[in-house]
Amino acid sequence: MAKKELLKVEGLKQYFPIKGGMMGRTVNHVKAVDDISFTIYEGETVSIVGESGCGKSTTGRAILRLEEPTEGSITFDGHELTTLSKREMRKLRKDLQIIFQDPYASINPRQTVANLLNEAMTIQKVVPAKDRRKRIIELLETVGLNEYQADRYPHEFSGGQRQRIGIARALSVKPKLIICDEAVSALDVSIQAQVLNLLKELQEDFNLTYLFISHDLGVVRHISDRVIVMYLGKIVEIGDKYSIFENPKHPYSKALLSAIPIPDPTRVKKHIVLTGDVPSPIDPPAGCRFHTRCPFAQDICKVEEPKLFTHDSMIDGHQAACHFVEEIENGDLQAKGFEEAVF
Amino acid sequence: METVLLEVRDLRTSFFTDDGEVKAVDGVSFALPLGKTLGIVGESGSGKSITALSILKLIADNGKIIGGEIHYKGNDLLTYSDKQMRDIRGNAISMIFQEPMTSLNPVFTVGQQISESIMKHQNLSKKAALVKSVELLKLVGIPSPDKRIKQYPYELSGGMRQRVMIAMALACNPEILIADEPTTALDVTIQAQILRLIRELQMRLGMSVIMITHDLGVVAETCDYVAVMYAGQVVEYSDVVTLFQKPKHPYTIGLMNSLPRHDVEVEKLESIKGNVPNPKEMPTGCRFAPRCPAATDLCRREMPALMKDVEGNDVRCWIYSEKWEGESEVIVYGEKRIAESRGTETILSD
Repeated sequence: MAKKELLKVEGLKQYFPIKGGMMGRTVNHVKAVDDISFTIYEGETVSIVGESGCGKSTTGRAILRLEEPTEGSITFDGHELTTLSKREMRKLRKDLQIIFQDPYASINPRQTVANLLNEAMTIQKVVPAKDRRKRIIELLETVGLNEYQADRYPHEFSGGQRQRIGIARALSVKPKLIICDEAVSALDVSIQAQVLNLLKELQEDFNLTYLFISHDLGVVRHISDRVIVMYLGKIVEIGDKYSIFENPKHPYSKALLSAIPIPDPTRVKKHIVLTGDVPSPIDPPAGCRFHTRCPFAQDICKVEEPKLFTHDSMIDGHQAACHFVEEIENGDLQAKGFEEAVF
Repeated sequence: METVLLEVRDLRTSFFTDDGEVKAVDGVSFALPLGKTLGIVGESGSGKSITALSILKLIADNGKIIGGEIHYKGNDLLTYSDKQMRDIRGNAISMIFQEPMTSLNPVFTVGQQISESIMKHQNLSKKAALVKSVELLKLVGIPSPDKRIKQYPYELSGGMRQRVMIAMALACNPEILIADEPTTALDVTIQAQILRLIRELQMRLGMSVIMITHDLGVVAETCDYVAVMYAGQVVEYSDVVTLFQKPKHPYTIGLMNSLPRHDVEVEKLESIKGNVPNPKEMPTGCRFAPRCPAATDLCRREMPALMKDVEGNDVRCWIYSEKWEGESEVIVYGEKRIAESRGTETILSD
């Protein structure tokens, strides 16, 4: 069976103007997302990983048009989102929901849980008014909360429970795609596991598609089918999770993976420690954006931007944006720390 | 036998609020051997930061250390006067915090802030202190330190700020460095830089480190000994290899099993059910009993003490005591543990 494309992002750019100088003119732009393309198929989980400022959250917000994209096209279930009017977009948001990172800030403290869920259903007209109470109870039970909690206020819940409320709200309108923007990052490990398990169960039960945005690679490996690695507004590598985690090709993906501490004190630790900080997205480096920190960088990396490409040593669907994937793979190019690094 | 530099015994710190007493730390014991790194690991609200602040006696006005002992080089810090403590803080024992932006003063330059403690503790002139500050910045790997010294915290990146914090903490050659979640606010590639820096400095300067973190990966990579905290208490204390290979306390086992890993494939995460108890309404028995899959009536009735096992590690759980009344083979979160009474002795009584 051919996989059905649910979301297709092409050439997406999101620039934020910097105002300054006389008359508040735009003096420059923060190039938060700079020409990225990817596809999400129905029923799968795709994760975007990267460090702060790489553009992963901006991508999620641009898809929902919470921020108007500067350029590019976003096709969702056959509709071109970027040209829709506000009203048409609002209608479509029924199918496209988002769960935010901070369960304290993303829920109105003055609404009871029942009101919160009711409001979402009223706006999207998903359930007739007389059946709504029943549906609210059903939703709460789906996310592991109880009927008696329906008329409580958010402050009466713990962080993990609030995140469950956020999930119930997203589910209330029967969406197709849920964007989880660092949805479990604020939770403690034991609670995080509960919420991750819940998200997985819901996916099976309701045939949901997730775009999962996270900086935590342990979480990403656990939940994803495919992974996108971003650096400074660009996709540097994309592939199924085994390719990304077991066989990363881009030097940045390698460094990122090897930098994560492994919870096993007996493992030999060989980290690739990158020098320096991420450059500013206002004036990103020319050529490959990673060249300022890449130990393999050659002259060409400073001038020519590498394209995403499936090199010989990679399987179908696994692409990396690096000029020297093969040279690094067969050892023609070497850098200290890379050859014995553990992922 | 290793020399113990700092030993905490049955520490208790409470906060007195309008709603009553909150026992933030209620039974914390561990030892920090000379030159080693001790990890204190636990989830939010487990009392790990309050433990660290209690060691330096930096507790807010409504809080009080109500019991226990903190032995540093044979003396109990809890008997020290305020003046004696001032000589300890930032001198013999220093601390770095999670958020380098809020713990640096935004209106003073980096140089002014580092030289302040040098002038205070080492009686150096302003000029000499600034020279020493430049050396310290160089030590923590900040490029062109003579320029950085004149900059304000907002001009530095998160990783750089944390390096400045470390430089300040090292200013007086402390014997103990307490690092409270030093890399939590940083990205992983920057975290790797900072952890490596702390390890290098520790080896070079012979410091002992207390690393407070919620990240089991950081514990495994940096610590020699680990104290696991839950709801204000140490529930397990052992060397790092034993802790990861054979965790004993059901909470520790649960924590390990609920951790998603980037290096191995886990089909389903084994999560700990329920939530941490409200500190104002702690359970009467074992504090983990309401969430523990092995809990018996005994666990719900009586709080277990921190007990020493034959290997010399500490665990606060009835399963490993003579009083255990459940099955002799206990399954917790899919892992089998043999309930045994051999050689356990109570090291402190509650």
